[in-house]
Amino acid sequence: MKKFAYFPGCSLEKIALSYNKTSVETSKILGVELQELEDWNCCGATTYFHVDQLLAYTLTARNLAMAEKEGLDLVAPCSACYKNAYTTNKYFKADPDVAEHINYALEEDDLQFNGDINVHHIMDIYVNEVGVDAIKEKVKVPLEGLKVAPYYGCQIVRPRKNGEDVENPQFFEDLVKAMGAEAVDFAERLRCCGGSLIMTSRTAALDMVRVLLKNAVDSGADVIATACPLCQVNLECYQLQVNEEFGTDFNMPVTYFTQLLGLALGMPKKKLGIGSELVSAAPIFGEF
Amino acid sequence: MAAKPTFSQEISNLLYASQGSPLKNCIQCGTCSGTCPVVNYMDQTPRRLIGMINANLKEDVLDCNTYWFCASCYHCTVRCPAKIDIAEAMYAVKRYSIWHKTYSEDLVGPTFSETFVKTIINNGRSFEPVLAPTYMFSMGIKEVLQEAYMGTQMMLKGRMPVLPTKIKRLDNFKKVIRRIIPMGGEK
Ligand code: SF4
Ligand code: SF4
Repeated sequence: MKKFAYFPGCSLEKIALSYNKTSVETSKILGVELQELEDWNCCGATTYFHVDQLLAYTLTARNLAMAEKEGLDLVAPCSACYKNAYTTNKYFKADPDVAEHINYALEEDDLQFNGDINVHHIMDIYVNEVGVDAIKEKVKVPLEGLKVAPYYGCQIVRPRKNGEDVENPQFFEDLVKAMGAEAVDFAERLRCCGGSLIMTSRTAALDMVRVLLKNAVDSGADVIATACPLCQVNLECYQLQVNEEFGTDFNMPVTYFTQLLGLALGMPKKKLGIGSELVSAAPIFGEF
Repeated sequence: MAAKPTFSQEISNLLYASQGSPLKNCIQCGTCSGTCPVVNYMDQTPRRLIGMINANLKEDVLDCNTYWFCASCYHCTVRCPAKIDIAEAMYAVKRYSIWHKTYSEDLVGPTFSETFVKTIINNGRSFEPVLAPTYMFSMGIKEVLQEAYMGTQMMLKGRMPVLPTKIKRLDNFKKVIRRIIPMGGEK
């Protein structure tokens, strides 16, 4: 199996530590080798782009250049990091002028980028490199009877990367089924969680979270699975505020897909990072 | 060619790295507005904003909250029949408004972005607790209380960092930034 340069990103250092740990562990079980990128820097989420586009590309290119130096493709578990790394790589290759500016700046850190690597989301590696069938074979604890709402969110599918289906993707559902769980029909699975609007336009973002939670409840889900720390924090940690703001009584666990996958692959429960959430997921994990 | 660029040309120039088609190709179909999950909170819908840029209604564009309420979800972008990258256009107007300091004081977005970027420039990594107090003054009292409550809960669950992480080659990192933005490495 291939080896990748692993770019955890800032959220995974603490706020999404459980995503970090379970990504590393499930990768090991699936035979994917992750080598953490040495001295990686923050990709800027959406904010660099508000300030300066070239700065945004350059700082992301620093991470890409370090991965390229190791001869490895870059893999990110955070959808926002993934999208930034992916688009930087793409524009770098498409625009020699952008490339020249970036490399002029990177000289200051003794780095050069040639655009010779690819960028992946960790779910992409699991689904397309490892393969859903191979994952199924490694499942030790099928999550039978568990109803999972696969929440794609935005940046794992948008903007479109390579002509793939952005209106009706199925890879997340396939992965959930490989774990032995049921993927419920979650109509709003592609709708935005609000992202950083939770900080800047609170009411609008809480309303966006409300719509998603309601749809997940209506679809009969026991748990929402996410592939991005921004989505996880908005949907889970702000649930109480949604209830306060809109008089609802949501109590929907929201976990990283790697936590569910880890459970299915037979990881010790202690290592799944359960217990650090504000809406308890313990009942779900207790059943298996 | 000494003619001053129009507002719509200025915005288009800020879209240099985007691969979308020109904003002028908009057919005003409204797919973007119908798709947008934040449309109810915007002064002007995305469709109207594109139309207003094309009509050079600079003041009206800069006065509205639409682009600061854009969550950059790219849902409109992937659906636009004219293949316009609307999300990138929103970014372009955000940059225009930050550079020209035209945004209204009661918006949190610009302060948040500037603070976030400054934190990263000084550390190489982002850090929630440093970030929070500096832009909190631009939030309402209710949001501040919500944030304080959430922060405490997260801390109790071990999900809040105590100390900021810095990257190792921070000096080089700041020099890289200075090659893009001459003053970018400043405190
Ligand atoms: S979807 Fe595209 S063509 Fe239609 S109104 Fe929006 S920007 Fe214009
Ligand atoms: S990218 Fe912005 S304008 Fe477009 S649908 Fe998303 S929030 Fe609305």
